[in-house]
Amino acid sequence: MHITQGQFSFLPPLTEAEIRAQVDYAISKGWAVAIEWTDDPHPRNVYWSMWGPPMFEIRDGAAVTFELEACRKANPDSYIKINAFDNTRGVESTVMSFIVNRPAHEPGFGLTRQEADGRNIRYTTRPYSTERPGR
Amino acid sequence: MSEIDLQQILREANIGEVLEQLDNELVGLVPVKQRIREIAAFLVVSRARQQLGIESAAPSLHMCFTGNPGTGKTTVALRMADMLHRLGYVRKGHVVSVTRDDLVGQYIGHTAPKTREILKKAMGGVLFIDEAYYLYRPENERDYGQEAIEILLQVMENNREDLVVILAGYKDRMDTFFQSNPGMSSRIAHHIDFPDYSQSELVEIAGKMMSNMHYRFDAGALQAIAEYIAQRRQQPHFANARSIRNALDRARLRHANRVFEAAASGASKPTAETLSTITEADIRASRVFDGGNGSGKGKATQS
Repeated sequence: MHITQGQFSFLPPLTEAEIRAQVDYAISKGWAVAIEWTDDPHPRNVYWSMWGPPMFEIRDGAAVTFELEACRKANPDSYIKINAFDNTRGVESTVMSFIVNRPAHEPGFGLTRQEADGRNIRYTTRPYSTERPGR
Repeated sequence: MSEIDLQQILREANIGEVLEQLDNELVGLVPVKQRIREIAAFLVVSRARQQLGIESAAPSLHMCFTGNPGTGKTTVALRMADMLHRLGYVRKGHVVSVTRDDLVGQYIGHTAPKTREILKKAMGGVLFIDEAYYLYRPENERDYGQEAIEILLQVMENNREDLVVILAGYKDRMDTFFQSNPGMSSRIAHHIDFPDYSQSELVEIAGKMMSNMHYRFDAGALQAIAEYIAQRRQQPHFANARSIRNALDRARLRHANRVFEAAASGASKPTAETLSTITEADIRASRVFDGGNGSGKGKATQS
């Protein structure tokens, strides 16, 4: 199951050149760029692991490519996203966020039913990938 | 077979302008200028070869500038970055100037992130490492400098098209540095040695610095500065153009003080002429003159 989140979720996965173009755009706007990764793609999981601190004061997209390659090498079978932060309002607010790496096999989500009081049923979604974390 | 117009590459890159600027702004340094011309020609030809598909890999552009302090290494590095940018060998053309402290950490695990951070900032431009020989401290085998060198080497090799590294330092100490780090030496394509300035070149530099700051010497001051330079060169801690700049800054201070006192006591009103003329007395007041050659010990070296 191909999981999409954030910016460009309506597009097929971005190519390397497209990722670079987006990063260059963010840098041209003066935004800080950060790389985050996770094995749990649940849409409510907003706390992905940071791959190093956000990159402030970089002048060229090559720096992001450099770190992205390092992150891919360390976590080949995980979800990786790139965020960009705008600080013009005095806080680093996320202005871009898109997925740049996916595991080769994306197991998708299972639906869990819980029988509650009366005849009520409560539903919850659970990503299969978290059953074997850190694989 | 298609033809390539070297003239056109030159025109588009506007390289002549940079070389001309280099010639006009920097006094002397003939061998350096010659080497830079050669490198420029090499880059233009290599660009043409790339356009024809003869050459695919980007040439290695890492450089080493050796020379005594104040011989113009940083200035030339800035011009070099400009030139590489115009020829399209670096994308942004900025210069990140660092020393050992910016690259090497203070505890285990601190160095790698620090070095990578600097390298990332320099990507798309030129990384200028001043006094690069400090990176390697043979007397301490657990020194973290070695770690920084290793990361540097790796990036210099793998990200060749992303950044150009320029190492700078004294000639003899850089030679020792390269002997103990053969990997670094082999990755640096261009070694450029900056000669010391001669007496007449230093006088010319002094004149140039003054006119850039919109001051001028009167006839006596011109003679005095030549004598000052001749004496200062013999003293320790002489840093070529940097010493001249410092001397001129101090002469400006004395000049300002003199003009101010004359005006405050009502003796004379400052005119545009007096405000921009350095006189012989402003230069002669320097401690270099009363100390002479033997004054190198301690106090008299700086003034």
